[in-house]
Amino acid sequence: MKLAVLSGKGGTGKTFISVNLVNSLENTDYFDCDVEEPNGDLFFQSELVKELPVKVMLPSFDKEKCNNCRECVEACTFNALALVGEDMLLFESICHSCGVCTFVCKQKAISEVPKQTGVIEIGKSGDSKVVTGKLNMGEAIGVPVISGVLDLMDDTRNSVIDCPPGSACSVVESAQKADYCLLVAEPTSFGFHNFKMVEELAKVLNKPYAVVINKAESKNNIVSNYCKKNNVKVLETFLFDRKIAQDNSKGEICTSNNEKMKERFVSLFENINNDWQRSLK
Amino acid sequence: MIIAVPVDEMEENSSVCISFGRAPFYLIFDDEKKTFDYFDNNSAFNAQGGAGIKAAQSLVDRNVDVVITYRCGENASKVLNGKAKIYRAEKVNAKMNIEMFIAGNLQLLNKVSPGLHGHAQQSEK
Repeated sequence: MKLAVLSGKGGTGKTFISVNLVNSLENTDYFDCDVEEPNGDLFFQSELVKELPVKVMLPSFDKEKCNNCRECVEACTFNALALVGEDMLLFESICHSCGVCTFVCKQKAISEVPKQTGVIEIGKSGDSKVVTGKLNMGEAIGVPVISGVLDLMDDTRNSVIDCPPGSACSVVESAQKADYCLLVAEPTSFGFHNFKMVEELAKVLNKPYAVVINKAESKNNIVSNYCKKNNVKVLETFLFDRKIAQDNSKGEICTSNNEKMKERFVSLFENINNDWQRSLK
Repeated sequence: MIIAVPVDEMEENSSVCISFGRAPFYLIFDDEKKTFDYFDNNSAFNAQGGAGIKAAQSLVDRNVDVVITYRCGENASKVLNGKAKIYRAEKVNAKMNIEMFIAGNLQLLNKVSPGLHGHAQQSEK
């Protein structure tokens, strides 16, 4: 199955949950889609197998052929083009490489040139594939890198997708190919507010989903109360634990040396899998 | 000379809009004919992104020489660059800002804003 691990805000423990799931399970690969700040491989320290460049296409204008008709400027949904006098300006950072400018140009004055915006690293850690998307510094659009990362999912194995925080385009791209969404929530006011946003996203995407509450001070908290009232499944609650936090900050994977934690992650995945199977019926 | 001011309402005494790209309207003053015209900036106002670029394109298309605004992003300033000069608005209404400009009492806007999504870099001009 393909499992997307999401949260509304950063720092709730998406990577903690994702890395430990992959570490606890057989036949499971890890996909880091948090391409602006990928950090899962800090834990796996995987052996690098392959690097793939990620390229997008940008329009290039032939001044000789261009008759300043402006159809491309008008057609650009993102307002990435401006025509000042006879000079065409392209704002690369907001171009989404949709190709509509090339499509509408009757003069055939636009060609598309590739530009590298990131890289995908494929590593190996034990029997798991560790795939990390890295967006180049200064680039604004991570979707092409995320899409490239998810193309490497293997249907015969389990995939854990470590999503970016929030509920915007890059999260939609990361979660839309998943079979199931796991929402990691931190029971604080801020965490609760953003949890509800990402819950709404899971509904919009029409995915079965459940919640893991992380860094809680008690099993009864702002998120668990909401979930109880609204019939949302909470599959696991991890109470705040100083030792686990310290080990995590050193890049250690807690399920590697803590059998109890490993059992919890194995049963968490069983519960996810069972709930997913039920949702298929 | 053509002077443009982003405004909140379609009237001379409107406040200057705090946003350049997402101003609802633009006031266009023709210094020779002494006329006040307005245009609806809704295409930029409703844009998902690139509102500043779109608004600046509309101004360039109207042969604007001077823009009086509180702020202007780097992308929009690139579109205006060489075509229109950008002056910093004072906290008085649009018409009074135009009078202040004509009297030589407005300063050039020397700070370009980095834009809401951090797409542009902050820079001093």
